[in-house]
Amino acid sequence: MLSVHLILFLAFGAIALAGAINLLAQTHPINSALSLIAVMAALAGEYLLLGAEFVAAVQVIVYAGAVMVLFVFVIMLLNAGVEERTRGSRVALLFGIPGTLLGSVLIAWVILQHSATGSVTAGAWGDRVSQLSSQAVPGSPETIGPLLFHEFLLPFEITSILILIAIMGAVVLASKPPSAPVLPREGN
Amino acid sequence: MVPLSYYLVLSGILFSCGVVGFLIKRNIITIFMSIELMLNGVNLSFVAFAAHWHALAGQVFVFFVMVVAAAETAVGLAIIIAVYRTRETLNVDRVNLLKL
Repeated sequence: MLSVHLILFLAFGAIALAGAINLLAQTHPINSALSLIAVMAALAGEYLLLGAEFVAAVQVIVYAGAVMVLFVFVIMLLNAGVEERTRGSRVALLFGIPGTLLGSVLIAWVILQHSATGSVTAGAWGDRVSQLSSQAVPGSPETIGPLLFHEFLLPFEITSILILIAIMGAVVLASKPPSAPVLPREGN
Repeated sequence: MVPLSYYLVLSGILFSCGVVGFLIKRNIITIFMSIELMLNGVNLSFVAFAAHWHALAGQVFVFFVMVVAAAETAVGLAIIIAVYRTRETLNVDRVNLLKL
């Protein structure tokens, strides 16, 4: 019997997986960026299913919005074209895909095995292991806010310093070096 | 009602897709996007565990991961612009010297 919850999970999961695979399949970076936006939007849906409303909103605003705009902006700025295949990429293709498929199958097998047999479920995983209720966590801004500004106040302030440093670093790195010699172009 | 393990498996598969992209892609921007994909996969498992254990701290950690990822993106893309300015290529196989 499929509940609405499970159907929504499967739908959003399918979108996320399709986007992730499309990111790998596309050769043009702008197509990869758009499929990554699809992945992030689908993950925001998954967060809503898990009751994390604040995280879902931040996911859409920060990740699908700000970060991906930055990516698309840089792709357009650098006029990135279709990537070229080299010998190294073929070797990586040959070993990377089977190895990572093996890794993901192993991860999935271990997780499903441990949640199914109950060898781990008896202790740490608890009897609620297989049931996530939809209203489990009230992840609304009212509940996240006090946590963020009381218990996690110091990390929060440190991240603001990190952001400040990142902004300054980005400006310094991306700005043109002032004393760069202007080389004459050949043929002119 | 969705089992926790389903979320973890989805998270693991997304992370693996990110690892594949990191390995097989040759465009430095796409490699960077694969890293973002890995971070998203990990975030999903954070939120799933937060919901499972009724611990809101997991969601706060996701918030911090997003902040650090945003900072990392800003600096990383600036580095990509700097590399492109000197090398005039985005292919990582052609950026094989430490020297600019």
